[in-house]
Amino acid sequence: MALLEVKNLDRHFGGLHAVNNVSFTVEQGMIKAVIGPNGAGKTTLFNLIAGNLPANSGTVYFNSMKITGRKPYQIASLGLSRTYQNIKLFHGMTALENVMVGRHTRSRAGFLSGMLNLPWTWHEERKIKAKAMEYLDLLGVADSADTEVSNLSFGQQRGVEFARALATEPVLLLLDEPAAGLNIYETAEIGRLITRIRDSCITVLLVEHDMSLVMDISDEIVVLSFGEKIAEDIPQNIQQNEEVVRVYLGDEG
Amino acid sequence: MDLLKRYIPVLFLLTVVVAIQLVTHFTETTYYLTQLTMSAYYSVVVIGLCVLMGYGGQISLGHAGFFAIGGYLAGALATHNLLPIKDHALVVFCNKIGLLVVGKNLYGSDLLTFEPWAACIIAVLAAGLIAFAIGGPVLKLKGHYLAMATLGFGIIIFRVVLASAYFGEADGISEVPGFSLFPGIEVSGSFRARTLNYYIAWGMVICGVVLLLNLIHSRVGRALRSIHGAEEAANAMGVNTARYKLYIFVLSAVFAAFAGVFMTHYNGGIGPSEAGVMKSVRYVAIVAVGGMANLWGALIMGIVLNFLSLRGVFGSYDDAVFGVILIVIMLFAPEGILKINPWQKMKTFFALFVKQDNKKAAEG
Repeated sequence: MALLEVKNLDRHFGGLHAVNNVSFTVEQGMIKAVIGPNGAGKTTLFNLIAGNLPANSGTVYFNSMKITGRKPYQIASLGLSRTYQNIKLFHGMTALENVMVGRHTRSRAGFLSGMLNLPWTWHEERKIKAKAMEYLDLLGVADSADTEVSNLSFGQQRGVEFARALATEPVLLLLDEPAAGLNIYETAEIGRLITRIRDSCITVLLVEHDMSLVMDISDEIVVLSFGEKIAEDIPQNIQQNEEVVRVYLGDEG
Repeated sequence: MDLLKRYIPVLFLLTVVVAIQLVTHFTETTYYLTQLTMSAYYSVVVIGLCVLMGYGGQISLGHAGFFAIGGYLAGALATHNLLPIKDHALVVFCNKIGLLVVGKNLYGSDLLTFEPWAACIIAVLAAGLIAFAIGGPVLKLKGHYLAMATLGFGIIIFRVVLASAYFGEADGISEVPGFSLFPGIEVSGSFRARTLNYYIAWGMVICGVVLLLNLIHSRVGRALRSIHGAEEAANAMGVNTARYKLYIFVLSAVFAAFAGVFMTHYNGGIGPSEAGVMKSVRYVAIVAVGGMANLWGALIMGIVLNFLSLRGVFGSYDDAVFGVILIVIMLFAPEGILKINPWQKMKTFFALFVKQDNKKAAEG
């Protein structure tokens, strides 16, 4: 059984059919990319999987469990984490605190024990902090741990968001355009990082516009156009696929 | 180390509280303590609201309502005579489990009322439950809509206490007895107990501050701030945002209710003005002046502004002053006045003129 199974997923906004009867699976331990022209429904697809948007019909199975209809925080606690196309960090908090929130599902101190500052929570806090530092370090942003995130550069913010997503120790990581706004060196760096993440047994599903990155790192690619899946294959075959070429470059005339 | 850093300001506050009491004692200005005691109770509302607004990012324009629920219920239960209905099953039951007490009123006739501690528990529980009940649906709203909804709640409470005979209509409730916390330690407005009550009120503030400081720096506190920062992302990180918002709303309502209960016993009564919308606006204004996500700022401003107001410094323009404060803060110092850097402000102010001069010079 695949780790993630999307089955006949459907969502429209008024007259716009953003995601039209899309099905695909993501096997454990692979990097799968979703590509498609602007407005193809890639981000909507992500929002449907992560539970930010309700689907009109269709189901999503995660680890053989039906997750459609669940709240995002419930899905997150099952081991699905994500980043956003337009970075969504917690402003007013430092980089370290941002990543510490990522440890939320892995810790349990509640309202009362927090208010009373019970001794057992101190140990947990130390552990949360150490883990968060580890992930900041992994992303190369440990130096900015105590900086308020609004004061970080775009690249650093992306790093912090990545660290935050990894801090949840996900089984499946959804990356929405991880290379958007990065230069070619940073993009190559992100590519290496994503491969490393996959090698550490985290399955990755990403939306990306940077074709060289997608072709480099993905094991499989799904192509969407106007909400419909038009192809699903390994990168070499996608490059040869006539319909994909037509969607991206237009008809020859 | 972190703990030390967290609690040092608390120790400092404790020192200041004692110092002020000693100074007023030796300069024979102990009458200031009355206003300081009341300011302390109002500040308990303010710090609770501060955590809701500044850290949780949820506005409430109805906190005077929770203060009033606490104060009115505790006052009414501890004051209204149950003797005429003493055979009612509920009264008999409450009497049996020791919630009631027999006393005498001012004219010496017998009085059967709730024990103040029982009244206090009922009042605070009621406020918490009401907050829980309305918080569920209302906290789904955001921004202006949440403000409007909580404002509506505040108005309802205000009209209810103003209209119901049980809560004394426009007169409110008076002759509320003292609330004896421990033998010899009583919350009351009695002249001899002024210093004691000053310390009771400040003890409550300090307990509240310590609890909230701990909360802010805990896992839950981080989750709350993350909701403020980016609710959708917080949810995606596994934070049950709806539940956390509700809990913090209930917690801040409970703080307000406790303050209301103690204040009512201290003043010996409560009137409808305590439930008024302008009171809610005042609490919000104070939190804003203090810097929203700044518990100490809110506390300091809560004490200073309430003290000035209670001393009558603002005269009959009291409410107008708080309205003006709110507007000015929102326009010029949304981070609160403690965060203003006057030097920086001056520089940007003058830089404007310099730029214009340069422009003129370039044109000329």
